[in-house]
Amino acid sequence: MSLSKKSPIIIEYLRKRQMLDLLNNKKRLDGRNLDDLRTLEIDLDVIKKANGSALVRLGNSEVIAGVKVETGEPFEGLEHKGALIVTAEVLPTASPFVEPGPPDEDTIELARVVDRGIRESEMVDLEKLVLVHGKIVYTIFVDCSVINADGNLFDATSYAVVCALASSKLPIFEIQNDQVVNTGNKQDPPITTLPVSITAIKIGNTIMLDPTAEEESCMESRITITTNSNGEYTAIQKGSNGSFTLDQIKYVAEIARIKGEEIRKKIKELVK
Amino acid sequence: MNQTILVDENGKRTDGRSIDELREIKLTVGILKNANGSAYIEFGKNKIIVAVYGPREVHPKHMAQPDKCVLRCRYHMSPFSTDTRKNPAPSRREIEISKVMREALEPAVVLEDYPRAAIDIFVEVLQADGGSRCAGITAASVALADAGINMRDLVAACASGKINDKIVLDINDVEDKEGSADMPVAYLPNLEKISLLQLDGVLTQSQFTECLEKAVQGCKMVYEIQRKALMEKYFGNDIPIDEETSEEVKE
Repeated sequence: MSLSKKSPIIIEYLRKRQMLDLLNNKKRLDGRNLDDLRTLEIDLDVIKKANGSALVRLGNSEVIAGVKVETGEPFEGLEHKGALIVTAEVLPTASPFVEPGPPDEDTIELARVVDRGIRESEMVDLEKLVLVHGKIVYTIFVDCSVINADGNLFDATSYAVVCALASSKLPIFEIQNDQVVNTGNKQDPPITTLPVSITAIKIGNTIMLDPTAEEESCMESRITITTNSNGEYTAIQKGSNGSFTLDQIKYVAEIARIKGEEIRKKIKELVK
Repeated sequence: MNQTILVDENGKRTDGRSIDELREIKLTVGILKNANGSAYIEFGKNKIIVAVYGPREVHPKHMAQPDKCVLRCRYHMSPFSTDTRKNPAPSRREIEISKVMREALEPAVVLEDYPRAAIDIFVEVLQADGGSRCAGITAASVALADAGINMRDLVAACASGKINDKIVLDINDVEDKEGSADMPVAYLPNLEKISLLQLDGVLTQSQFTECLEKAVQGCKMVYEIQRKALMEKYFGNDIPIDEETSEEVKE
């Protein structure tokens, strides 16, 4: 059952006052402007045992994503497509407020929103990953672990997935004598587009991008918008217990397209 | 990709609706004896009951908050509500929907009026069609009002989407599966605030704006049905509905 609760991060009263005062002048605690993103660092291929991997640092938020490829049965109703499964986990290393155990609703939302962004944009052409129609297909797992949490895990995780997938090398499987055989050769994955998500939050009537954990602890509402390489919108999730006006959403949608393109350029250069 | 024809050349959809038409909505207030507030909604083929209990004591007690009420929401689908039997254990999808529903309703509820208490919302989907989260929010906000809880506004919800490259209102089950975009929206009509927004599917910039605005229009139509249902419960047949409103209801 979902329940309203206090933010697990308790921000000191004076710190919060300082943040709100700064916001009146359109400045933030870390000196950024409202629509500045934090520095994004991406390391590729950090896990040699994986078929592809990426370590993403967005400010102090750190996420590692690994791709593992197997063969398996296709999903029901999607017999003509390979399977792509994106998972996300917030490790107990990530902050003092994380406890080991089954995922809470925030973590489930994180995993589902990241998965939706990748799936709905059809980033990987899954129809090219079928070995025997309806029986044997490629199954691609992208597992993400948040190893340090400082806000905006949605974007950090989603960038990690995109980088890990785009830079991965898939093993080439073949059917020989009704058996699946790993030929030992590698192929590039059939990537069609690079989805990029941008998250904004609202405190009072101020909208800012790429929030830190401190800022998230004061937010009223949050919105994550994913765009593809054509600048089309592919996934949206509004979160937290506040609301937005129509104009505020249109504003974020526009800025998500522009900022998304900047991030996409950076990712593109890196994975090529 | 979309070989199935979902909108014909006359702009009619598989269930005979036009692109701007809602499915038939039946909303009844106060259907459960034991609950403080309740509602039953039929939204197309969706059949959903909502019970509201509270404000009441919080259990476990440490969850209570000194300055406001705890709002809790559970969205659940009955095992017989879908084509293939649904496992009754809460799925990850249901956990996410419980969360977004609660967050959609929270801006409307004056939580500060009930410190140290809890309000529980139970949404049970007896039969599922497309758009059950929107139908659930619509019924839940009416059930909250029926429980006499202080509210800033009602929350009306409705989805829009893209099928055969056309933006249409209120996606049903088939259109959700075969169509190319689905955008559920919840709206507070008097405060003009959007409290739930999700999207899966691909929309260009102009389609995005069109889709969002269409969904908000749909929410306004749903709002009139909510108002009418509450009026019927509390004023019976001698309803002081003004002419203007009754026109909109017919539409």
